[in-house]
Amino acid sequence: MTRSDLRAAFEDGPALVSYVAAGDPSAAASKAYVEALVEGGSDVIELGLPFSEPVAEGRTIQQAIKRALDAGMTPEAYLDLVRDLDIDVPVVCMTYYNLIYQFGPEPGPEAFVEAAAEAGISGFVVPDLPVDESGPLYEACREHGLDLVFIVAPTTTPERLERLLDRTTGFVYVQGRLGTTGARDEVSDDTPASLERLRDADLPKAVGFGISSGEQAREIVASGADGVVVGSAYVDIVAEGVADDRPTAEVADRIEALARELKQGALDAVPEPERK
Amino acid sequence: MSREQPADDGTEGKFGDYGGQYVPEVLMPAVEELTDAYERYVLDNEDGFVDDLRSRLREFGGRPTPLSYAANLSERYGFDVYLKREDLLHGGAHKLNNALGQVLLAKYMGKERIVAETGAGQHGTATAMACAYLDVPCEIYMGRTDVNRQRPNVFRMRIHDAEVNPVDVGSGTLKEAINETMRDWATNVEDTHYVIGSVVGPHPFPAMVRDFQSVVGEELRAQSRDQLGELPEAVIACAGGGSNTMGAFASFVGSAELAGAPEGAQEPAPDVDLLAVEAGGSSLDVDADAGYAPNSASLSTGTEGVLHGARTKLLQTGEGQIVESHSISAGLDYAGVGPELAHLVDTGRVTPVNVDDDAALEAFHRLSREEGIIPALESSHAVAYLEAYEGDGPVVVNVSGRGDKDLDTVIEESTARDLDTAPTMEVFEE
Ligand SMILES: Cc1ncc(COP(=O)(O)O)c(C=O)c1O
Repeated sequence: MTRSDLRAAFEDGPALVSYVAAGDPSAAASKAYVEALVEGGSDVIELGLPFSEPVAEGRTIQQAIKRALDAGMTPEAYLDLVRDLDIDVPVVCMTYYNLIYQFGPEPGPEAFVEAAAEAGISGFVVPDLPVDESGPLYEACREHGLDLVFIVAPTTTPERLERLLDRTTGFVYVQGRLGTTGARDEVSDDTPASLERLRDADLPKAVGFGISSGEQAREIVASGADGVVVGSAYVDIVAEGVADDRPTAEVADRIEALARELKQGALDAVPEPERK
Repeated sequence: MSREQPADDGTEGKFGDYGGQYVPEVLMPAVEELTDAYERYVLDNEDGFVDDLRSRLREFGGRPTPLSYAANLSERYGFDVYLKREDLLHGGAHKLNNALGQVLLAKYMGKERIVAETGAGQHGTATAMACAYLDVPCEIYMGRTDVNRQRPNVFRMRIHDAEVNPVDVGSGTLKEAINETMRDWATNVEDTHYVIGSVVGPHPFPAMVRDFQSVVGEELRAQSRDQLGELPEAVIACAGGGSNTMGAFASFVGSAELAGAPEGAQEPAPDVDLLAVEAGGSSLDVDADAGYAPNSASLSTGTEGVLHGARTKLLQTGEGQIVESHSISAGLDYAGVGPELAHLVDTGRVTPVNVDDDAALEAFHRLSREEGIIPALESSHAVAYLEAYEGDGPVVVNVSGRGDKDLDTVIEESTARDLDTAPTMEVFEE
């Protein structure tokens, strides 16, 4: 397996993977938010390409996606936004399969993967594409040197886990709890067990679904994760900004501050001398 | 492709290119568990599951439903018209065939809680009814628009002790209700079964719901032989997701698998025309830029894509965003359709046709006035197609449900359109 920049993002200690929806509430604002996330210490950006039926998403991200679609976000505009980003961390495209499939003149994932690679995307997370159906996307990703990240759920059986790990590159996305995305106050009791199952996997493990504070990030990294994935907690700040009509810069500052807290929490889990 | 092929080539449950299992990983084990239960109980009749279901459909559901000769319509059109009377099934629609099947299956599987989505409220009602009968807690998701236009069914669900959760997102119809139910399922997947209301969703739902509904076509076929002395020239059924459609058609395309069907009930009959009537709404043109289709005709006008767990024909923009659909009938108001039906249309076995809102309303009044049967607005689409049908008959129309739930909508829409075939209600207004 080739070493991707996604995998490399986990090499300097616990990584912060940060999600926002592209175009929420405008393309220009989300550019600022992504840059703020990187400024705050994010090691990977997961940039959501909004799909009208986000079944794996909780209320917060669902509404973000609606704001983005209402503001006119499209796959083309998304790629433009990625090209425009002034950041030096890898960007993962998080979206649903139908958008990848419909892009380009022929149905199929090749055209979008090619365009994404050209725009500077490092990999994909596609929550409604099970590993079993991922053949064509997996091939296209290999062709263009992109990673395909699969989500391991608390319900994933050992037999499925093996197949998932076979296909996952970059990192493993560990779904920390049942259900959909959305910020919670506590770390799920399922998380340590989920990580334990992945102990032998030769890939970085990032836990997501429900993380919203530095303390939670610390707890999760302390139980063995190589990183945390955070989305709804930032999107809550965006949503509040929209509701209160705050300037983009002020929202970006708050997002940056939260990223900093989360990153610090993750770092706190690792004793000083062991930090790389 | 140049590189080595991946080790596997997709999920189960394909109909040509359609179908499959496109669901979040958290649900995949549940979908696999359900597939296993479907194969054992439904296809192989393990523990006498199918016998149990068939006897409950008789005793609780009131099967078989009659095949009624429609004398006045026959005279009007000049060919024999028969009506398959799913409106007479307990609950007032074909939906109970599937809901009872799935809730019973969930019990056999040891599930402790049921969730379901509903459009017209007929599936929600059938599920709530089956849950009351089989003593399982039940929660139903329903779009806000549908809650408002199908109030009698909301009350019925509540009376059967089901929770009804209105969904306020989007246009508040079936698509949004399905999304929300999938979220609930993903959160409670360990003890909850999702009773999908049509032949849509990930495998095994499209095949399993078809099998549960195939009892309609099985009876229809036997009754045709007995009462007409032959198979009909055509079977006409409305298609939302397509469960009454596939139920009525399955016995003619050889795809029904429910154990214990009478001899010959599943043999293909290629000379029987199968017409799937979609909701033409107010127009067949999709306003892709506005993200809106003023119809629900995904078989006639849709394109291939992935939605709600399956690859099928969809109303979508060129970019792959799903558009809002429209129909005067809540149960047809959906941007997708069952994958098997999409496949049967591609192979030419099923012909997709459509009628618009106005024609459906006219047919509602026609059947009510001329035959003494108040059809669901969904079923009214199938009845309406008789106006356009060119053939010699005999023809069977599947009356998938009764229209009591639709009276408010019908009065309102008939008045708004100044429909002269509609009775005047003015004298009753305060
Ligand atoms: C009476 C009736 N007919 C038809 C339908 C459409 O569903 P399907 O196409 O799955 O039969 C519904 C849906 O609610 C219904 O209530």
